[in-house]
Formats: sequence, structure tokens, C-alpha cells
Amino acid sequence: MPEADPILSMRRISKSFPGVHALDKVDFALQRGEVRALMGENGAGKSTLIKVMTGVEERDEGRIFLDGREIDPHSPHEAQELGISTVYQEVNLIPTLTVAENIFLGRQPTSMGSLDWKKMNSSAVAALDRLNLELNVKRLLSDYSLAVQQMVAIARAVDVSAKMLILDEPTSSLSVEEVEQLFAVMRMLKAEGLGIVFVTHFLDQVFDISDTITVLRGGQLVGNFVTASTTRVQLIATMMGKELKELERGPARVASPDAPGAESLIEIKGLARKGSIEPFDLRLNKGEVLGLAGLLGAGRTEIANLLFGIDKAEQGNVSIEGEETNISSPRKAIAEGFALCPEDRKSAGIIGDLSIRENIFLALQASKGWFRLISRKTQQEIAERYITMLSISTPDADKKIKELSGGNQQKAIVARWLALHPRFLILDEPTRGIDVGAKMEIQNLILSLSREGISILFISSELSEVVRCSQRVAVLRDHVKIGEMSGDQIDESAIMHYIAEGAR
Amino acid sequence: MKLRVDKKYMPIVATIAVAVLLYCMIGFIYPKFFSLRVFVNFFRDNAFLGVIAVGMTLVIITGGIDLSVGSMIAFVGVFCAYLMEKTKLNPLLVFVLALSAGSLIGFLMGALIHFFKAPPFIVTLAGMFFCRGVANMISLESIPIYNPTFNAIMRFGIPLRHFIMVPTTVLIFLAVMLVFLYIAHFTRFGRDVYAIGGSPQSALLMGLRIGRTKLLVYTLSGFLSALGGIVYILNVPAGNSLAGVGTELDAIACVVIGGTLLTGGVGYLAGTFVGVLIQAIIKTFLTFSSLSSWWTEIAIGVLIMIFILLQRSFSQLSVLSRAHAQVKLRKPGGAETGGA
Repeated sequence: MPEADPILSMRRISKSFPGVHALDKVDFALQRGEVRALMGENGAGKSTLIKVMTGVEERDEGRIFLDGREIDPHSPHEAQELGISTVYQEVNLIPTLTVAENIFLGRQPTSMGSLDWKKMNSSAVAALDRLNLELNVKRLLSDYSLAVQQMVAIARAVDVSAKMLILDEPTSSLSVEEVEQLFAVMRMLKAEGLGIVFVTHFLDQVFDISDTITVLRGGQLVGNFVTASTTRVQLIATMMGKELKELERGPARVASPDAPGAESLIEIKGLARKGSIEPFDLRLNKGEVLGLAGLLGAGRTEIANLLFGIDKAEQGNVSIEGEETNISSPRKAIAEGFALCPEDRKSAGIIGDLSIRENIFLALQASKGWFRLISRKTQQEIAERYITMLSISTPDADKKIKELSGGNQQKAIVARWLALHPRFLILDEPTRGIDVGAKMEIQNLILSLSREGISILFISSELSEVVRCSQRVAVLRDHVKIGEMSGDQIDESAIMHYIAEGAR
Repeated sequence: MKLRVDKKYMPIVATIAVAVLLYCMIGFIYPKFFSLRVFVNFFRDNAFLGVIAVGMTLVIITGGIDLSVGSMIAFVGVFCAYLMEKTKLNPLLVFVLALSAGSLIGFLMGALIHFFKAPPFIVTLAGMFFCRGVANMISLESIPIYNPTFNAIMRFGIPLRHFIMVPTTVLIFLAVMLVFLYIAHFTRFGRDVYAIGGSPQSALLMGLRIGRTKLLVYTLSGFLSALGGIVYILNVPAGNSLAGVGTELDAIACVVIGGTLLTGGVGYLAGTFVGVLIQAIIKTFLTFSSLSSWWTEIAIGVLIMIFILLQRSFSQLSVLSRAHAQVKLRKPGGAETGGA
């Protein structure tokens, strides 16, 4: 790619939030007729960079040039006027209005002061025609599938003045065919000379559609690649911050049979749900830690949600100790002795204004039914037992849980489920956002729980953690389970190679 | 041979069908029901409700509610009667003052709702108590209106046939209906009202002026309920602080029966018009028969339930039919260029 004459060039952009350096002197450029993928794991700074581009966030430092002229957008509206259009992950349109209105809302054509519906409808047809799309523009937006709604959003974004288009994870809720439709539209816009920034975490899609790739990690620019001359391993290594040399140890081997004498607890056959995970088999032995590895959005949380009955499987079955069981709701799962510590502990886990004691005995009380109240004394005993056992650092059990540090909150949530004496514990990103010391404690806790016979499904974005704790690892990519490894085979580079090029 | 109705118009078609059915059924029992006089009276007796229901429709389409409209009738009635009778002000000036006061109250409620993110239910509930209180403060007793100019306006009407005429109040209602039909469907403001109710978050990201639109909607509702108050005293020439109790609920009923969703984003003024007619038909029927008036309430209660069930089933149907909408995607002609 020639470096000359970019549409957009951002130089040394910095942005910090209280306590976080979200962007640190990042350079970014977009050429005409180019699809540039913007990649990075959670917290890499992708969304902050997009927000700075579109005027949602003010940068602390750095300059932005559009078509050679310096710009300084303060709102998405201003950015749009300048020619920077954005389509978000969630379709931000009005489902209860027609397709045509959604394209023109706020700038409808008028004649003599009143809206000109005829002209609006015909212009809408023309705007969609530019994307090679033919819809009945008089129908409600909600009559169409998400993919089409996504394209209507693009039609709205790409009016005559648009110079570049930002697609922020547009494909996360689309099916394979729908993604193809979207890509066809992207290729067309590219051919017209539009620059496209494509944010996604699907590796396959990046290699399908993008010309160049920019990778961020921890708020810093860590690499610019030309897609055609880049390998997946290179890309993953850059995203995860590992030296390529570390990885040059050959591709992963296939999993070996289990250690003899292992007693299986859960047996999953062909479990699947459209749009979240393709059919997969999985077995979990008693007292075993099974790690789930894969990039963000690969389908890890989706598996957890299926197993815990939050999402319903559309096919396949689950047997517990050889008996086929239908886990149709979290209540059923809890009755089977399952427990789940969710990924987002702030919104789905802790109840901030309740005390540590109350947060801990919540699940226990729920399982007994609300009419058989657990006595205050027992509550206190249980809370104190787990506070000591998990070494939660707090002066007493009646402190509000929101006043604890992230790591201690996490331990309290684990305690909530341990109080039920589960036989199967799902930990979804239990160490996210907590400090290194607390991470080690959680890891040790996982190991000691498994020695007590509890089976654990361990989900983490940090490979080193997965490697350290798991006896077996299932590897996921783009919503497909692509393989399994166990025992000595498990190491970081092997997993990365597997994610990059393992068989589907 | 196409008699298929677009399903987005289904609720309103159902409302019209119910209105026609009721009208015919009652007319079958009481042939006098079909007379022109009765028909005009539908409008005369309910013009104030119709005017108010127009404002209520807009408010509900934005996803809000306005409970202050009934008390506003009482406030405006007493306010006008007092100024005309006790201070002898010119009725036209009095009307201007009343409409400004109503608009101001609406504007203030809108400001509380928008700037302080206060729930519309609570804010307009406060407005409801406030207006009723002010009405009581001005006068606890009913003030009859004898002002000659006022009486002239009251008696004015377009004669249709001997002894039957369309009075000022009905003309006001019809004019309001037409003006707001235009506003709702042929101005950006009108479409913004729908957009905000459909998805406030999206409307914001689409760059629509949410604050301005919301303020204007509540101001208009205040204005229209004040106008409804004037229409009310033009029908019953006295200012009474007990007038209009429960009218806000009647208005909401008209709007809901007319196919507007309380969740916002979907609704039709034309539906509200038919909703008002349905209420008028039921009320008139009860005066024809010797049934007691609570049957009105029972009938309206049952109707609302039926309509809500109908709407639920329509929206369920539309979810099912989603994605069956046709899309054609043509192959890009030679636009395909590979990677770098």
C-alpha cells in the first residue's frame, strides 16, 4: 500500500481515563479504497480509537487529518458532516419506522415546507441501489432481518458526502450468509474509493475482507500488516503480545486419550445454538479443570450459557453421570449441582449494596426456597467460613460488597456458589480486571477446589492462566470447537497455533 | 383483486371495524340512532375529549404520558370564568391567557421530564394535583358565564339542516385534528416524535433533537388540554373546579383503542379520532337505553382489554413474518477486487 494521500490520518493520539491509559500515542491511517481491519483483545483501545475518530470522546493529545485538512470533531453528528460515518454493532435505527424514513430521518426531503414522501421513497430506493440492494422501502424496518437492517444503516451512513465508513463489529450477530451479503456491499463501496475501518474479532473475516490490519494492545499500536502477506499466527501473537520465536515450535498435536480411571461427570454430544455455537462434543471428568481457550467472541461464554441453561440449546444433548438431562433453566442447572460465576461480575454477579454475608448466602437461600429462612447465625457462620477459606480480605462480613476490591468481590461470588456445594463450577473470566496477586490466589483456589472433586470449566482470555490451571483444554475459534489438548500437550504456543491454523 | 391490508395499519382497521359494527348494531335497536342530530352530538359532546386526546396521542407516541389534562380542564374553566365574570376581561384575551398558561405548564412539565430525567408519570401526576389545586384556589364554587361575546361564540355554528348545526366546539376539534394530522405525518418534528418513541437511544445517535422535540410535545399537550378546557366551557358555560375528573383516563383510553402503543413509537391520530367516536357511541347508547352510566365504564374497560390483546397478537405476528420480507442483492458487477 502506498502511504501517500490517505483519507484519514491520525497522529500520536493519546487518551486516558482515570487510572487507565486507553490510548498511548497511536498513529492510524486509512487509504482510499481500502478495508483496514482494526484488531485487539478486550481493553486494547479499539473502541476508544473509534470514539476519538467519531467525536464521541475528546482526545487528550494528537492530531487528526481528513483529506489532508486538520479536523476536530466533537460529536458523531459533526463527524458525519465531515464525511466520517459509523455503523455500530447494535443497529441504531428505529424499528417502528419504514426503511425509507430510517435512511432519511432528520434530513428528509421537503417541498414547500412539508415532507415529500414520494421523493424520500425514491431517494431511498436510489440509496439502496448504490449498495446493489433492492427492498420495499415503505415497509417497516423491523420486517427485515438484522443483516438487512445493518445494510440500511450503512445506506444511511454512506450518503453522498461520506469519505470513510467505520463498521464497529457489524458481524457479531449475523449468520454466515448474512456476513457474505455484508461483505459484498463492503467490496462495492471499496471499489467506489471509500475507505473502510472494520472492527471485528473474527479472524476468518479479517482474512476474507481486509487489505490491511492494524493491531492495538494495551492502548498502544503494536503492528500494521498487509493482510495478504501475514499469517494468522503472526497476527495472534501480536494481539496477545507474544514473541513470534516463542511460537516457532511447530503446530499443535492432537489430544491424547484421558488418564485411566477418570470418571466422567458431564458428557455433551452435538450441543448447538444458531448464532452462538456450532455443534460440539465435550466431556468433563470428576475433579477436572477443563479450560476453554479462544479469542474474544470465539464462543466461550456461549458454551457457559448453554450449559447453565441461560440460553437454550437447539440441538444436541447433555448427560450427567450417564443420564440424559435437559437443562432448560438456571434453576434446573442449580438443582443438578451446577454453578456459574458470570463474565461480568458488576452487572450479573454481585449486588453492590448488599453485604458480603448477604451476597454469599443468596444462592443458598434461593435453593432452599424463600420460606425456609436461613437463620442469621447460620448465615454468619457460612459467610465467615468462606471468608477465611478463600481469604477474602475484609474487616467483617457485613461490609457492603461494592466496597471490596475486584479480586475480593470475585472470591465472594465464588463463595456464593461454593456454599451450595456444587459438583460442577463454571468460571467465566474470573480474573478479569483484578490485580496480579489476586489472580494467583484465584488460580490456586481453582486447583484446590478441583482436588476436592469439583469439576471446573475455566474460561479465560489469558492463555498462561488456562495453561497453568487446566488438565485439558478445548480450543474454540469463530463459534466452533476446533480441538482439544490435554496433559503435556498444553502450552501457550501450541494453543495459539491451534487457534490460528488448527483443523475445523 | 388486492384487498390485503398492510399489517402496520391492522390496529386502526380493527378500530374502524369496531366503530362501524357498534354504530350499526345500536342503530338496529334504536333507529333514531342513525339520525344526523345524534351524529353531530357525538362530536359536540366529546369535542373537548377529542382535542385533549390529540395531544395525548403525541405524548404517548414519544413513550410518555400526560395525566394533567383532566385537571387542566377544571383549571382553564375556572380561570376563564373568573376573568370574564369577575374582572370583565375580553373573552378573546382571556382565551389567549388561558392557552398561554396551559402551554407554560406543559412546557415546565416537559422541562422536568427532559432535563431532570424525571418519569413523565410522576411529573404529570404532580401537574394534575397542581392544576386541580389552583382551580380550587380560584373558586370553590361553580362560576356561571354570562358574558355576551362568549355567548355569541358559543351559539355560533354552521347550519347543516333545520335546527341542526355544527357548533364552534366541533369546528375547533376538526381543525385541531386536521392540523395535527399534517404535523404528525408531514413535518420533521412529527417524524421525530415517532422516532423518539421507537428508540430513544437510536434517535440520539441519529442526531435528532430529542430535547427540543420532547419539550414541544409536552407544551403542545398543555396547549391542547387548555384548548380542551375552553371547548368544555363552550359546551357547559360555567367554570367548575370539579370538571374533567378522570378525563385524562378517558383520553388515554381513546388513544389506546385507536391503536397507539403505550410503549411508544407506534400510533395514529386517525385511530384516536375513531377511538373518540367509539366512546361517543357507547355513551350515547347508554343515554338511549336506560342502563346506568357505569356500563360505559364497563364497556370501555372490556374494549381496551380486547384491543390490547389484539395489538399483542399483531405484534407477535409481525415478529413471525420478519425476515420473510423480500430482499434482492445483485451481484456487484466487476467490483470485486481481491486483497492487497
